[in-house]
Amino acid sequence: MVDRPAQLIACHDCDLLQRDIPLNPGCTASCRRCGAVLYRNATDSVDRTLAYTLAAGMLFLGANLFPVFSIQVQGDRSAITLFGAVLSLWEQGMKSISLLVFITAIFVPALELLSLTYLLLPIRLGLVPPGYSRFMRTLQFIEPWGMVEVLMLGMLVSLVKLTNNFKVIPGMALWSFGVLTLLLAAAAASFSARDVWERLDPRSRGETKP
Amino acid sequence: MKGTTSAAARGLCSCHVCRLVSRKSRFSEPAHCPRCGATLHFRKPGSLQRCWALVIASYILYIPANTLVMMETGSLLTYRRDTIVSGVAHLWKTGSWLIAVIVFIASVAIPLLKLFSLTLLLFSVQRRSASRPRQRTRLYRMVELVGRWSMLDIYVVTLLAALVQLGSMATVKAGPAAVAFGSVVVLTMFATMEFDPRLIWDPLQKEEFHD
Repeated sequence: MVDRPAQLIACHDCDLLQRDIPLNPGCTASCRRCGAVLYRNATDSVDRTLAYTLAAGMLFLGANLFPVFSIQVQGDRSAITLFGAVLSLWEQGMKSISLLVFITAIFVPALELLSLTYLLLPIRLGLVPPGYSRFMRTLQFIEPWGMVEVLMLGMLVSLVKLTNNFKVIPGMALWSFGVLTLLLAAAAASFSARDVWERLDPRSRGETKP
Repeated sequence: MKGTTSAAARGLCSCHVCRLVSRKSRFSEPAHCPRCGATLHFRKPGSLQRCWALVIASYILYIPANTLVMMETGSLLTYRRDTIVSGVAHLWKTGSWLIAVIVFIASVAIPLLKLFSLTLLLFSVQRRSASRPRQRTRLYRMVELVGRWSMLDIYVVTLLAALVQLGSMATVKAGPAAVAFGSVVVLTMFATMEFDPRLIWDPLQKEEFHD
């Protein structure tokens, strides 16, 4: 971390001007007026987030390649993958819903994992990822739209609904999504955008901005 | 009152992308963040107007979302057309209480709570109310946090409609309410993003910052 004099920060929820003070590892600074979390001293933020992200990437592949679950009715068996479900809905004419599910459950999580890897892997190796501010912006913009944990609950609800009428066999993807949910939550909790900005700040690196 | 000045009152502006605080004249042409290059704004531009527009659109779409059919279920013996509420009622009657409660919270309680909370926040900001800013900020944070869970029913309908396609044995189809409900979820999420919680605190400074 770059050593520099205490700087001013403004609370993102109430705009109160406050002084940025160094924190002990694992501690959190909250806004004096509204209680918002201003920043944390996340221990090994880059290393941990990168580890979680890479693990999540592998599970993401598993979660999308294998069927979520299958049902069996009188020898007739029907199984779906998540993408298969999106496709099937598209063919049934519910194109907007199909697109919404594709974006929130597949596209955004994938983009999130790729952007995090693109940013953190070079930082870990002591390099500056080109065009990093665009990636940081993208990450910030798409963050609310990744809904893997909601999808996970949706899968469980569907599972219970199906067991009323069918014999249901849970697939690999169901377990993968379960673990993926945990890993994504861990990655989000250990990621510190503030650390990335400060490490990559051209002014503190002693260079001029291109 | 040195202890409680907002950044904007000092002519300082916090970048909405990287949060760096820098000086910005209130009347000059667009300024950019010296660290990340984003355009600086004291407050989210057009926050109230955009948020109102999205909230009103969501209220309108909320009507078809609840009156139209969300899911059609057919098998050899039964045929059902369920709206969101009748779907929850059916789950309750058939003994899946836990699922009924989860779906009720995600599909009925959260969207309504979101719409009412945003309306309340918009009204209070427009009236430049100075009462209970901390509670209102907390309300906003809660709306931001729980909003996404409304997508639950959309995922359930997608999975069931895709999986249960067994011809005459059993079929599940998504109904038109799914589109309306999905739009409500997306529009209210955008409305939440457009709302600027700092506007709640501005009346305490007795100054106006828009832009």
